[in-house]
Amino acid sequence: MTADQILAIIRDELARLAPEVDFDTADRNRLIQQEFDIDSMDFLNFITALHARLGVNVPEADYARVATISGAQAYLLAMVRT
Amino acid sequence: MPSLGADMEAATLIEWLAKPGDKMKRGDVIAVVETAKGAIEVEVFEDGVLEKHVVAPGAVLPVGAVMARYSGAGEVAAPRPVAPAPAPAPAPAAPKPQLVPEAPSPVRPPPAAGLRTSPAARRLAEELGVNLTSIAGTGAGGAITREDVAASAHAPAGKKATGFDFTAMRRAIAAALGRSKREIPHYYLSHAIDIGAAQDWLAAANAQRPPAERFLMGALFIKAVASAAREFPELNGFHVEGEFRASQAIHVGVAIAIRGGGLAAPAIHDCADLALSDLMARMRDLVARVRAGRFKSSEIADSTITVTSLGDRGVDAVWGVIYPPQVAIVGFGKIGMRPWVVDGQVVARPTVCMSLAADHRVSDGHKGALFLERIGQILANPSEL
Repeated sequence: MTADQILAIIRDELARLAPEVDFDTADRNRLIQQEFDIDSMDFLNFITALHARLGVNVPEADYARVATISGAQAYLLAMVRT
Repeated sequence: MPSLGADMEAATLIEWLAKPGDKMKRGDVIAVVETAKGAIEVEVFEDGVLEKHVVAPGAVLPVGAVMARYSGAGEVAAPRPVAPAPAPAPAPAAPKPQLVPEAPSPVRPPPAAGLRTSPAARRLAEELGVNLTSIAGTGAGGAITREDVAASAHAPAGKKATGFDFTAMRRAIAAALGRSKREIPHYYLSHAIDIGAAQDWLAAANAQRPPAERFLMGALFIKAVASAAREFPELNGFHVEGEFRASQAIHVGVAIAIRGGGLAAPAIHDCADLALSDLMARMRDLVARVRAGRFKSSEIADSTITVTSLGDRGVDAVWGVIYPPQVAIVGFGKIGMRPWVVDGQVVARPTVCMSLAADHRVSDGHKGALFLERIGQILANPSEL
């Protein structure tokens, strides 16, 4: 699994939640919830989808580490490689 | 055509899901109609047999218009003569109730017979001016999906959030809440509480759970309101025809924001009796379906009290507008670290501001205050939930 593949999955799942937001111009260092205007239910669905697709179970305690696109990419990459 | 909420005047019949001769049970879905809130599955109120379709898909019908002849176990009103179903152009048959200014009926072509499409696909096709009969469906059973429609129009798929008609939805919200503000003498109360115990309980519970089974604080809020409502009948029910009718059942309406600027508050039924895990599952399902633009008629019409939780949007407190004919709405603001006095010392604690807007025709501030206080007590002992 490469960084690009993980980014594609993040992109996919965020497009489901916020289809009108342009991923390519989104700020990858800003909080996903703000950048994509999603609520806690959407964010939980995002985490659930990542678990289903990557097998990475992000505990609540680590939510802050996956709160931005770049943070989530780095975190998930590290987790799928371990 | 049933009234699917105080803000509904008319709806378009999208499709029949039952055919003449079908035996149906209470709660079975007989048809799908399109309202300002999106597509709604209309359930039958009692066991019976569908005798005859009176109108055809595409017809725009005011609330109260006859859609079909259905003989129930009890009995239904004798069918009245109804104007024949309009084929290409919808034409309301019965007079519209004039509670609110008449809104122009959206004119929609009826879906072509035999085509399998989702409501979302149909709406997108209308918006893009795509002829559905010219599309090959790739969905289940050859159904035409939104993606098929988008692809055929060479439009970027997934660029548009939903097929909601936000103008119509805004008009419906204006009608219901305008009526609320004109007719209901609201009183407002707020009560800030330390939410630390609930947060700790949630963190411990979620640490054991995979994402698909985790709880959200919003579910605790709904459960707490439902549990408290059991003890305060004057805040749970309907004000109709000049009098209050308390409801035995507690169906909590959950205000759900829809991307693009819409709002719906469908009910989670019998909240007080649901285990938290079931409540959470229902909530997830409901939010997903509302955002996809599809829910059931019983969910839209019978909330007995509403909860609005705007905490995610970062505001300290929300002052709700009662959704008629309900008599109360409970609001939750953002959970945040704030100065709080514990044992005579100011310390930083996670707190939340709860609010209540209630109908003064039915209850007074004293009762309302006890109700909010009770919700706070329940949230302070989350293991009881």
